[in-house]
Amino acid sequence: MGFFRWHSVAGIQRITGMWCLLFCLMSSGSVQAEGLDYESRTIRLAMSQEPPDLNAITSTDSVSGMILGHVMEGLLRYDAEGNLVGGVAERWQLRDDGATFWLRKDARWSDGSRVTAQDFVFSWQQAVTPSVASEYASILFPITNAQAVNEGRMDPSQLGVRALDDHTLEVSLHQPCPYFLGLTAFRTLFPVKESFYTARGSRYGADAEDLLYNGPFTLSKWVHGASVSMSKNPHYWNRDNIWLNLIDIPYITEDANARMNLYRDHKVAIASDLNSESLEGALRERMQIKTFLDGAIFYIEFNQRADRVTRNRHLRKAIQQVFNTDDLVYKVMGSPGSYPTYTLFPRWMKGEKDFFVREHPAQKPELNMEKARRYLDKAKQELGVETLPPITLLADDSPGGQKTAEYLQTMLGQALGLEIRVDMQIFKQRLAKMGTGEFDLVVSGWGPDYDDLLTYADLFASHNMNNRGRYASEEYDHWVEVAQRSLDVSERVHAFDQLQRIIFEDAVIVPLYERGRVYVNHPRLKGVSRRALGGDPNFNFAYIEPPADS
Amino acid sequence: MNQTLETNPTLTSNPQMTPADFEPLVKTRQADLIVRPSLSFWQDTWQRLKRNRRAIYSLYLIIGLLSFSYLLPLFVSFDIAEQDLTQISQPPGLGRQSLVVDTKPWAGRFVEEGERRQLQTAPFDSRAKVAGLEVVGEANTESVRLSWQPLAGAIGYRVYRHLLVPSGPADLGLPLGQTDQPGQISFEDRLKLQNISYYYSVQAVSYDGQLSDYSTVEVKPRHAISLRAALSRGLVDANDAEAMLGQEVELKRHLMGTDYLGRDLMARLVYGGQTSLFIGIVAPLLFVAIGILYGGVSGYLGGRIDEVMMRFADFVIALPFLLFMILFRVAMGIGPGESGVTPMLIAMVLLGWPTAAKLVRGQVLQLREQPFVEAAQLMGANTHYLIWRHMLPNVMGVVLVSLTFSIPSAIFTEAFLSFIGMGVAPPTPSWGAMCNDGVKSFMSHPHELLFPALFISLTVLAFNLLGDGLRDALDAKMKG
Amino acid sequence: MTQFILKRLLSGVITIWFIATATFIGMHSVPGDPLANEKAVAPEIRRNLEARYGLDKPVWQQYGIFLGNMLRGDFGISFTQKNRYVNDIIREHFPVSAVLGVLALIIATVGGVIWGALTAVYRDRWPDSVIMFLVVIAVSVPSFVFAMLGQLGILAMNEWLGFSLLPVAGWGSFGHMLVPALVLGLGTMAYLTRLMRSSMLEVTSADYIRTAKAKGVPPLRIFYKHQLRNAILPVITVLGPSIAAITTGGFVVELVFAIPGLGRFFVQAVQQLDYTVIMGTTVFYGAFLVIMVLLVDILYGFIDPRIRVGKVRG
Repeated sequence: MGFFRWHSVAGIQRITGMWCLLFCLMSSGSVQAEGLDYESRTIRLAMSQEPPDLNAITSTDSVSGMILGHVMEGLLRYDAEGNLVGGVAERWQLRDDGATFWLRKDARWSDGSRVTAQDFVFSWQQAVTPSVASEYASILFPITNAQAVNEGRMDPSQLGVRALDDHTLEVSLHQPCPYFLGLTAFRTLFPVKESFYTARGSRYGADAEDLLYNGPFTLSKWVHGASVSMSKNPHYWNRDNIWLNLIDIPYITEDANARMNLYRDHKVAIASDLNSESLEGALRERMQIKTFLDGAIFYIEFNQRADRVTRNRHLRKAIQQVFNTDDLVYKVMGSPGSYPTYTLFPRWMKGEKDFFVREHPAQKPELNMEKARRYLDKAKQELGVETLPPITLLADDSPGGQKTAEYLQTMLGQALGLEIRVDMQIFKQRLAKMGTGEFDLVVSGWGPDYDDLLTYADLFASHNMNNRGRYASEEYDHWVEVAQRSLDVSERVHAFDQLQRIIFEDAVIVPLYERGRVYVNHPRLKGVSRRALGGDPNFNFAYIEPPADS
Repeated sequence: MNQTLETNPTLTSNPQMTPADFEPLVKTRQADLIVRPSLSFWQDTWQRLKRNRRAIYSLYLIIGLLSFSYLLPLFVSFDIAEQDLTQISQPPGLGRQSLVVDTKPWAGRFVEEGERRQLQTAPFDSRAKVAGLEVVGEANTESVRLSWQPLAGAIGYRVYRHLLVPSGPADLGLPLGQTDQPGQISFEDRLKLQNISYYYSVQAVSYDGQLSDYSTVEVKPRHAISLRAALSRGLVDANDAEAMLGQEVELKRHLMGTDYLGRDLMARLVYGGQTSLFIGIVAPLLFVAIGILYGGVSGYLGGRIDEVMMRFADFVIALPFLLFMILFRVAMGIGPGESGVTPMLIAMVLLGWPTAAKLVRGQVLQLREQPFVEAAQLMGANTHYLIWRHMLPNVMGVVLVSLTFSIPSAIFTEAFLSFIGMGVAPPTPSWGAMCNDGVKSFMSHPHELLFPALFISLTVLAFNLLGDGLRDALDAKMKG
Repeated sequence: MTQFILKRLLSGVITIWFIATATFIGMHSVPGDPLANEKAVAPEIRRNLEARYGLDKPVWQQYGIFLGNMLRGDFGISFTQKNRYVNDIIREHFPVSAVLGVLALIIATVGGVIWGALTAVYRDRWPDSVIMFLVVIAVSVPSFVFAMLGQLGILAMNEWLGFSLLPVAGWGSFGHMLVPALVLGLGTMAYLTRLMRSSMLEVTSADYIRTAKAKGVPPLRIFYKHQLRNAILPVITVLGPSIAAITTGGFVVELVFAIPGLGRFFVQAVQQLDYTVIMGTTVFYGAFLVIMVLLVDILYGFIDPRIRVGKVRG
C-alpha cells in the first residue's frame, strides 16, 4: 500500500499544477472589460431579460421599449429633462381636428435613406391592421377611422393619416386630442420603412440585421439570450449631441442579486432594482444610491361583477378604512423611492400650473377601526349574511407580489376578521383570471403610456377593457369623456379632480403606492435618464466623466 | 449469519449449501414453517443496523426532525401568519424592550410666508451648508423627525440616510426624499428604522437644480412600537392605553429570529417541515406502493403483459423529470387558499413510480427463479401465500433501501420547485420556499436562508446515511 | 448489434411520440391564457392572435398539426419571443446548456474517479474521512445554495486579488463556465465518488487482483490496468442518467450566473405559458435523453467485453 500512497500524492500535485496552468491561461485569455471606458466611450450593462419583440408596431414590454428608445425615434421625442421635443419632426401644429408635422430633411435610416412621411403612414396603417394584431392599436384611436380599421370595418388605407409630400405628414383626428403630441413619441407610432419591412417578412425584428434604425443608436450585435450591443448611429441627424459610442449589454439575467454582484465586480455601469435587502451592502460599500419613479401606481382593485361580495360599497369602504399604506411601504417593502399614495395619479404629472397632486391633494382615509366595523356591519346587512364568505385575493408570484399579498392577507384578517384566500398564480394565469373576473381583490399596477393624466384616469371608465373589476359609473364615464374631448386645461384638471373624488368616495380602488425604483450607477457615468415614459433607462444623453487621474 | 461473510463480500454470492439441503423433504402442509419466520428477517436487519453508529444517529436525527415538525406544535402553539412589523428580519435572539409611542402624523416645520419669499429670491450659494440640523423630539424606530434652518435661495431640501459617516457629497447614503411643500424645513423618516446609528445628511436644492454642501447629524433611534400595533398585539391593555405611552413593553420573543414580514422563523420552520417532510416522505411512499403493485403484477405475470407494462414504464422514465414536474405542477394549478401540496404530490407520484416498479419487477423475476420459491411451490403453497410470505418480504428489503434514498431526492425536488417559485403557494411555508425567500436577503440577514437550508441538509443527510446503513444491513442478509 | 440498435431506435421514436403527446396534454390542461397581456386587447385582435398561433382550431386538430410539424422538425413561432422560431431558440441556447453540462460532467467524472480512488486507497484513514465528509455535504446542500455561494466566492476572491480572475456572471469564455460547471457537477461528483469508492473496494479484494499481485505485476500496473479499469465500469453505467440530471438541472445555475442556456428559457416559457417553446423544448430534451441513454448503452458494450448489449436487454 505504501507505493499507492506515494503515487496518489504525486497525482494530486500534478492535478494542482494543471489547475494553476488553467487559471493562468484564463486570466490572460479573457481580459474582462470594465463597466465603462472613457477612451472608447463605452458603457456595459446587465439586462433583466431578452427583448421579446423589437418590432415597434407590435412590441408591448418594457425591455423592448428600452432598446427601441435608443434605436428608434418618433415624430417627437423626450429630451434629457423629460420634455417633448422634435424628433423626426422639425415643426408641428396641433389643431382640434388634426395635426401637421414637417419632417427634418436630415432624418435618415441606418442604411442612409431618408425617413419620409410615407414611413409613418405605413407603420400607423400596419398598427391598426387587424391581421397584424398589434396589442397597442387602441392608442391610435384618436386618429380618424382608426377604430373602424382595427375592427375590420374599413380598409387600412382609410386611416386618417396622409403624406402630403416626403416631408409633410397630415393627421386628422375625429375629436380633439390634447395629448396627441405625446403619443407620437410612443413606440407604436415609430416609423417603419415599407420596402424593408416587406422584404424581411416574418423575420422583421428577429435579429439585429432584420431591423432598420433611425434612432441615435443601431443594434450592432444581438446574441439571443446572451448579449445585445448598440452602437452610435452614423446616420442619426443629431449624432453630434450623442456622446456614447457603444452601449454593450453582455449580461442578461432576471436575478437582481446577480446583476448587483456584477456591479460590485465593476463589470457593469449601472445596477437597477435594489431591494431593501441589498441596500445595506450597497451602503456599506459606499455606493451612490439613487431612486426614480417609474410611473407605476399600485392599488387593490375590487371585482364589481354582479356575483361578487366586493360589489358591495360598504365592504369596500371598510377595507379602505383599515388599510395602512404607510406600513406596507415603509416597513414591508422598506426601500426608498416608493411613496404611499392615496390617489390614482402620480406626483410628477402636471395639473394646471403646478403638479396635479399638489393642486388637488387626494383625500386620505383615516385609520378608523370603529368606522370600519360599522361599514362592515352595514355590508353584512345589505348582503344578508352573518359572516362574509372567504374573499379571494389574486396575486402574482413575483417576490414583491407575494410579499404584498401575504401582508394584506394577515392585515385584513386581523383588522376586519375577513377570511382572505390568497390565489397566487404565474403571470399569464393571473392575467387570464383578471380578464375573466375570477377574483374578489387583486393587486395591480398601472404605468403610463403618454404624458397626460388621462392615461391613468380612463382606466375605470366602463368601456375600458383594462377595467378588470368592471366598475361602472355614469358619473365616472362622464368626467372621463370631459377630459378626453376638452382642450381647456382647467376644465380637464377639474374633471380629473372629480374622478379622484369618485375613486375615493366609491372606493373603486384602494391606492397602495407609487413605485420608486432604486439603482446604483457608476459615479463617473452621468446624464442617464431614468423615467416613466419613453423607455427606461435611457442613455441617449449619457456621458462619462474623464477618470480623475488623467 | 456468520461474520466472515460480511467482511469478505466476494464470497457471499455463493449460497452456502450443505448436503442436507438436497435431502428430499417429507410432504406436509406445515413444512414451510421450518423456514425462519419473516419477522426474524427484520430482527436480523435491525441487529445489523444497530451496529452501524452513523445509521443509528441518523435515525435519531430523523426522529428528532419529525418530532420538531409534528410533535412540537402539540405542546407549543405557533402562529405562522402573525406579522410583527416592529421586528422584521430580526436575527435570532431573546425578547427585547420597546417603547410605546404614538404615531400621529407630524405636521412638520415651515418657514413663514414672508420670510420664505425673502429667502427664495436671495442668491443661492452652493458652498453654503444647511445650518442647525437637529432631531425633533426623541428619535425612535417608528419615526425620526429632523429639522433645520432655511438656506437662502433654496426651493427644497434633499434628505439622505447613511450607515457610515459620509465621506463626500457622492456618499450620503439612501436618498430618502426631497421636501415637497413650499417652505418646508423638516423631514420625517419612517423607512424601516432599526436600533442602530444613522447619519442623516441634508442638502439644499436651488430652483435651477444646484446643490448646496451637506450637513450631517448622527441619530440612534430607540426601539419603539406604535400604540396601534401594541394594542392589536395585546401588549398593552386597551383600557389604559394612553397611560402606556412612553412606557416600555416586552416584545414577543423570536428564538430563531423573524422573516421579511416579521413572522416567527421557528414557527415557519416547524410548519415548513410539515410540508417538506410530508411531501418528502409521502410521495416516495406512494410511488413505492404503486411500484410494488405495478412491478409485482408485471413481474409475476410475465410474458406479453410484462413487456407492455414495462414499455409503458420506460416511456414515463424517459420523460425529462424536472421539465414535466414543472409542467404537471402548473397544469394542475393551485386554487385560491390552497397550499399546493396535493398538486406537487401528484406530479411527483406520476413521474416517480416507474423506477420503483422496475426495481420490484426485477426482484420478483429474480425471486421467481429462486430455489426456495420453487421449493415452496413444490410443497403446494398457493399464489396468495407465495406473494405474502416469500415475494413481499424479500422484495421489501430492496424497496426499503430505495425508499430511503428517494426521500432526499423528493425533498430536494420540493425545494427546487419552491426555489423557482413553482412549489407550494404562499403563505404555506415549506423549507424550500423559505430558502427561496431567504436567498434574497442572504447578505444582510443570513439566518433567513441558513436555517431552512440547514434543515433541508440535515434531513437529506440523515436519510442518506440511514439508507447507507440499511443497504449494508440488508445486503449481507440478501446475499447470504 | 445492428439489430439491437435498430430495435432501440424504433422504441426511441415511440418514446419521443409518447413524450410529445404527454407534453401536449399537459400543456393544454394548463389553466390560463398564453395570449393574455398586461393591457387587455380587443376581441378582434385576440381572434387574429389566435389564428396566428392556430389556437382557433379544435384541440384534436391542433394535436395533428403539432405532430405533423414535429415530424418536419418545425415547432413553430414562440409566443413571447415574438418573431423567433422555437427551432432557433433551441439551436442557439441548447449548445450553451450542453457545453456547460459536458464540462460539469467531465468535472464530476474526473473528480469522482479521483476522489473515489483516493478514498479507497486511504480507506479508513483521514483523507478518506475528509473526502467522504465533503461528499456528504455536497449531496446534502441544495444546489441553489451552492450556486449563490459560488458567486459570492468569486466576488470575494476578485475583491481580495484586486482584479477579476473569474467573471461573476455571464457567458463567453472558459472562465465563465468554470464555477457554474463545478456547482452543477458537484452533486454528481459526490455520487460518483461514493460509487467509485465502493467499486474500488470491491475490486481490490477481487481474486484477479490477488492473482496479479501473486504473479508479481508491478503495483502501478495493477492499479491502472486492473483496479481502476474494472472499478470504473459502474461509474460509466450511471453516466447516462447523469447526463439527464445535469442537462435538465441547469436552471438554477443558469439563472444565478446569467448563462443563456435552454433551461432558463424553459422556466421562463412555463411562467409565460409559451406553448410552442414548452413543447419544443420538452420534445427536444426527451429525444436528446433517449439518444444519450442509447449511446451509453452501446459505449458500455464496447468497454466491458463481458457484456454485449444485445444480450443484456431482451
